[in-house]
Amino acid sequence: MIHSLFLINASGDIFLEKHWKSVVSRSVCDYFFEAQERATEPENVPPVIPTPHHYLISVLRHRIYFVAVIQSEVPPLFVIEFLHRVVDTFQDYFGVCTEAAIKDNVVVVYELLEEMLDNGFPLATESNILKELIKPPTILRTMVNTITGSTNVGEQLPTGQLSVVPWRRTGVKYTNNEAYFDVVEEIDAIIDKSGSTITAEIQGVIDACVKLTGMPDLTLSFMNPRLLDDVSFHPCVRFKRWEAERILSFIPPDGNFRLLSYHVSSQNLVAIPVYVKHNITFREGSSQGRFDLTLGPKQTMGKAVESVLVSSQLPRGVLNANLNPSQGTYTFDPVTKLLTWDVGKINPQKLPSLKGTMNLQAGASKPDENPTINIQFKIQQMAISGLKVNRLDMYGEKYKPFKGIKYMTKAGKFQVRT
Amino acid sequence: MTDSKYFTTTKKGEIFELKAELNSDKKEKKKEAVKKVIASMTVGKDVSALFPDVVNCMQTDNLELKKLVYLYLMNYAKSQPDMAIMAVNTFVKDCEDPNPLIRALAVRTMGCIRVDKITEYLCEPLRKCLKDEDPYVRKTAAVCVAKLHDINAQLVEDQGFLDTLKDLISDSNPMVVANAVAALSEIAESHPNSNLLDLNPQTINKLLTALNECTEWGQIFILDCLANYTPRDDRESQSICERVTPRLSHANSAVVLSAVKVLMKFMEMLPKDLDYYGTLLKKLAPPLVTLLSAEPELQYVALRNINLIVQRRPEILKHEMKVFFVKYNDPIYVKLEKLDIMIRLASQANIAQVLAELKEYATEVDVDFVRKAVRAIGRCAIKVEQSAERCVSTLLDLIQTKVNYVVQEAIVVIKDIFRKYPNKYESVIATLCENLDSLDEPEARAAMIWIVGEYAERIDNADELLESFLEGFHDESTQVQLQLLTAIVKLFLKKPTETQELVQQVLSLATQDSDNPDLRDRGYIYWRLLSTDPVAAKEVVLAEKPLISEETDLIEPTLLEELICHIGTLASVYHKPPSAFVEGSRGVQHKRLPGSAGSGESVESPDTGSAAGASDAPPAVIPSQGDLLGDLLNLDLTPPATTGPPPPATSGLQLGAMDLLGGGLDSLMGDESEPPPIPLRTDTPQSPQVLHQSPSPPDYSPTELGGDLGGSSAMGAGFGAPPPAAAAAPFSAPVSGGLDDLFDLGGGVGMPMGAYSPPKTVWLPAMKGKGLEISGTFARRAGVIQMEMTLTNKAMSVMTDFAIQFNRNSFGLAPAGPLQVLTPLSPNQSIEVALPLSTVGPVMKMDPLNNLQVAVKNNIDVFYFSCQYPISMLFVEDGKMERQVFLATWKDIPNDSEAQFQIADCRLSSDAASNKLQGSNIFTIAKRTVDGQDMLYQSTKLSNGIWVLAELRVQTGNPNFTVCLKCRAPEVAQCVFQSYEAVLKN
Repeated sequence: MIHSLFLINASGDIFLEKHWKSVVSRSVCDYFFEAQERATEPENVPPVIPTPHHYLISVLRHRIYFVAVIQSEVPPLFVIEFLHRVVDTFQDYFGVCTEAAIKDNVVVVYELLEEMLDNGFPLATESNILKELIKPPTILRTMVNTITGSTNVGEQLPTGQLSVVPWRRTGVKYTNNEAYFDVVEEIDAIIDKSGSTITAEIQGVIDACVKLTGMPDLTLSFMNPRLLDDVSFHPCVRFKRWEAERILSFIPPDGNFRLLSYHVSSQNLVAIPVYVKHNITFREGSSQGRFDLTLGPKQTMGKAVESVLVSSQLPRGVLNANLNPSQGTYTFDPVTKLLTWDVGKINPQKLPSLKGTMNLQAGASKPDENPTINIQFKIQQMAISGLKVNRLDMYGEKYKPFKGIKYMTKAGKFQVRT
Repeated sequence: MTDSKYFTTTKKGEIFELKAELNSDKKEKKKEAVKKVIASMTVGKDVSALFPDVVNCMQTDNLELKKLVYLYLMNYAKSQPDMAIMAVNTFVKDCEDPNPLIRALAVRTMGCIRVDKITEYLCEPLRKCLKDEDPYVRKTAAVCVAKLHDINAQLVEDQGFLDTLKDLISDSNPMVVANAVAALSEIAESHPNSNLLDLNPQTINKLLTALNECTEWGQIFILDCLANYTPRDDRESQSICERVTPRLSHANSAVVLSAVKVLMKFMEMLPKDLDYYGTLLKKLAPPLVTLLSAEPELQYVALRNINLIVQRRPEILKHEMKVFFVKYNDPIYVKLEKLDIMIRLASQANIAQVLAELKEYATEVDVDFVRKAVRAIGRCAIKVEQSAERCVSTLLDLIQTKVNYVVQEAIVVIKDIFRKYPNKYESVIATLCENLDSLDEPEARAAMIWIVGEYAERIDNADELLESFLEGFHDESTQVQLQLLTAIVKLFLKKPTETQELVQQVLSLATQDSDNPDLRDRGYIYWRLLSTDPVAAKEVVLAEKPLISEETDLIEPTLLEELICHIGTLASVYHKPPSAFVEGSRGVQHKRLPGSAGSGESVESPDTGSAAGASDAPPAVIPSQGDLLGDLLNLDLTPPATTGPPPPATSGLQLGAMDLLGGGLDSLMGDESEPPPIPLRTDTPQSPQVLHQSPSPPDYSPTELGGDLGGSSAMGAGFGAPPPAAAAAPFSAPVSGGLDDLFDLGGGVGMPMGAYSPPKTVWLPAMKGKGLEISGTFARRAGVIQMEMTLTNKAMSVMTDFAIQFNRNSFGLAPAGPLQVLTPLSPNQSIEVALPLSTVGPVMKMDPLNNLQVAVKNNIDVFYFSCQYPISMLFVEDGKMERQVFLATWKDIPNDSEAQFQIADCRLSSDAASNKLQGSNIFTIAKRTVDGQDMLYQSTKLSNGIWVLAELRVQTGNPNFTVCLKCRAPEVAQCVFQSYEAVLKN
């Protein structure tokens, strides 16, 4: 199982280590540093690195490498999943997951890690349970603790841990009972030069924030459940019921959680909400290139496309760019050659455009590669797959909760080739 | 107020100050001090000097403080074992605490203190906790058993904790079950044969019930455990599958992949015509696709596994090609894996799309990725025949881009395409030639030279092109030099008139100016060939090449089967069996897929040879080459010298060898005006043999060399896809020629059934035996080696008092009992005796290996004779090797220890041959069919424990079989081959 954990920052310092079995010398990380040196980009470090006696499995998040050391045959996914869970927990506890935050809370971090893993076996990873065992630091609590001398470690066995609903603690009480659901869809797409879609798929999630008293039993039904043929559920969802009736039936955890994530594959027709007209050309023998980009909304069901951000990695030969945006601002970083254009909202009447010239190194030959354009955007109040919640019912409790549902579509990896 | 303040005290008296604070009366101060200590510990500072002071803080009601002290203890107890004892009392007391949280915490922490003395005190509290009323304590205790086992395995067994742990599998609480399974699995890993996880339908049922209710991590443990179970029948298999399928919808990708493993394994048992089988196939695709939308690290592991899954069951993902399309900001390790899978899924239906994508990738920035994309286009061409033309034109487009590395890579793959589709796309050669000057990588240069040589007759200025390469001959890498040599020889054979000078130049460059043995030897061989018999040279050098196989990088099926059983593990990431990399002595059991019900599915195509070539460079160490050489030389070189003029040559090598041996240099001045004979150095006569053994250079035309040298498969290994057939070549008579007398052993009629036993031959003629004639043979009957003799008295007097003795021999054969001739042997009487033999006698290496010197005594005199036994009687009954072991061993034995033989005129089907050989304890382990050629992989074990691995190739309609033998003791190969021949021909 998981032997040790090392946290390494962007400059290559090990700033935290934790061992669950015998102590593994931190020199084992030298293999990691070697791999890091070989990789051109920080994210290109291979996730599984063999060393003579151990295996290093790492994830990179928030510019921190979380390197787990294992010694025997352990499913790597198990380790990677766990590491991501550690990061999520830190983020949950400290708001951000940075080196500074971890150092500021090093004792809590240590307590958490000890609670999450025992002898390398995961012990408690549900944030609900962890929060009962170790209270998250808040300014108020630290103040109170210093005055009263009380601690932020729970004295009682977490209630949920052994019940049939381990994800929910008992005795939850709220004055305002509310349940909010966010349907968030990310659209991943590759569009080719001519504007036709090569692949497009949707990754959707339903995140919930449920603050309900007691042990509520919820059912959520959809207008078009047939869309959901590839789903991953939170453990609280009763799978049998879904199989039979296509209804989500569950006793929710308390607080924020991800109810389900789903995937609408490229085999279904995926609507593409924006289009790009582009003309990026370099001429042989000329030290100038033309850059011409126009964005427009496509299938958005009348909703506005907002927070549009265009970025593109221009060829290495480009020295600088002289462009003129019809709206928003653009920047070009001459070192990384990254062009970003913060467009804002797309107005269908007056399409945003970015036009101008790029200057190449004098005498350099025409660049071989065509830049790819990356687009980010948001569309509120719409799920691009067309998924719609029909109704939410609550059983098991008497009170009437306040219910809300919100839809949003975002661009995931949305790429346009030129 | 943050914890970072703990880091700020870097003054000199830090430890001293902390000490004072730890001993403070104020609780708050103490706690702060412990926190400081912990903070120092986390960043790797040594604060072990504070041990007694920290331990003093342990007895407290404050849970946080207690936990902090425990944290400290776990870290430093090992370095202060005596001090750690101080803590024991508190632990034991805490194990009795009314609060289950504290009980659990105490037992948990105690298990983490890796000090022997402490573990003794741990046993009693642990026993109590394992039976605790609170499941939280029980599940913690279960893990503690695994910890304790890691520290002191014997103690755990003696205390009976393992049985308690097994009982916990039936616990009412699913979390306890999951942890018990996890602990048992971990313990079982260090005891591969302990049968700890004894799975039967009842426990399986319990596990499946717990599966639904435990945490995600518990589900992983349980699923991994389930995967080790082998269901009794397809119905049980189906019911398990049905209960596992819901796990595919879990949010935790590790759960999903473990579930996929269970399903992939148990699916094997389901009949293919079952509706459920189809449903299951459909259910597997979406979760696999979903894994690809996760974080890149997860994607990577998922992709490595998908790579296995699509090889085993391509139907699952055949419609999902698009999800493997590369995004430009994927990390490079994800990109490369996706590319690999794209090629595996490429088919006629989607090839257009794939090609368009690949072409797109070829214009990206990352050089490694671009190269692989170009290679992928070539692989598509070879895999999907209908697309070849499209691929070639795509490659041509890419060559037009003039991007240096793209062009080079394209040329390398076009060469492969030529090999696959000869005489189809040669029109592009002109374009290729235009780029000759830009090639600076050896592989690309070599590929280009190969193309020029191969199609010399269609390239007008081939000689000029090759000549231009020749200028810097000595600066080229070996690969290019070898290729250039071969190409020019080809050119010469095709256009002899204009290129004489060129060929002479290259031959002298290769033989006289080069100190590379491979190059020199190849040069000599060509020279000999050309000078003695150009017709033969043509036959050899310009021989028809077998087409390269389409799937060069598939994993060998037995390995694939094993890896499928290890989906989701490190093994699946490395595509190596766990035995290949798991640390130390932990024996790893090989897992296998259960046999499928009702399917005569033929094994997929890949070949061992290429698998070896693709995975790692074959080990280049040659054990005891000297010995081997000596042996071969002994065997081979003497006979031809005495046999007089050889028969008209069919194989160039034979003739060449003869010449060298006979020293008949005058015959070298052939009919053509050829280069002058090579000055014979002292070592030249050996060169053909030397080549046989020497590690071969990477080469592009295995056939040619294969033809030359009787196919050392190492030659082929350098090339991407050496079909073993490439080695099928007119094999060198010299090797076997000298052994004709031995073959006589095998003549005559044999036993129809069971182990082969040669007919009796006269060992001791009456002339020499003073009237006693002994004829005999050897046989293996029911595992016992017997020497069966007929003693005939041709003298005038009665013979009595028979006794027998053996001289020391290669395999330690000795009589297992006295020679039983009870009655006196009267004149003209014969008697049959069977003498059981043991193999535990004294050993001495004989020449030939199977020679046996025997002394027989009777009342008249002592007689000596020697006889040769068929080595097949030493083949023991348990000579069947595990498939995986076979594969690993096969790869492990260096190719140089491979010996190849031909068995002429054997009219058996491969199955009949296999049966026949099985009778003699030569076991067929695997069989596969490639292009109408059956390959039988066989193993056999000698009584002294030597394993011999063999590959027997049988071409339907061709009475000549080819046997390749690999053995760590290469000396036995010759004898084993004789047995093969003898067994097969009788």
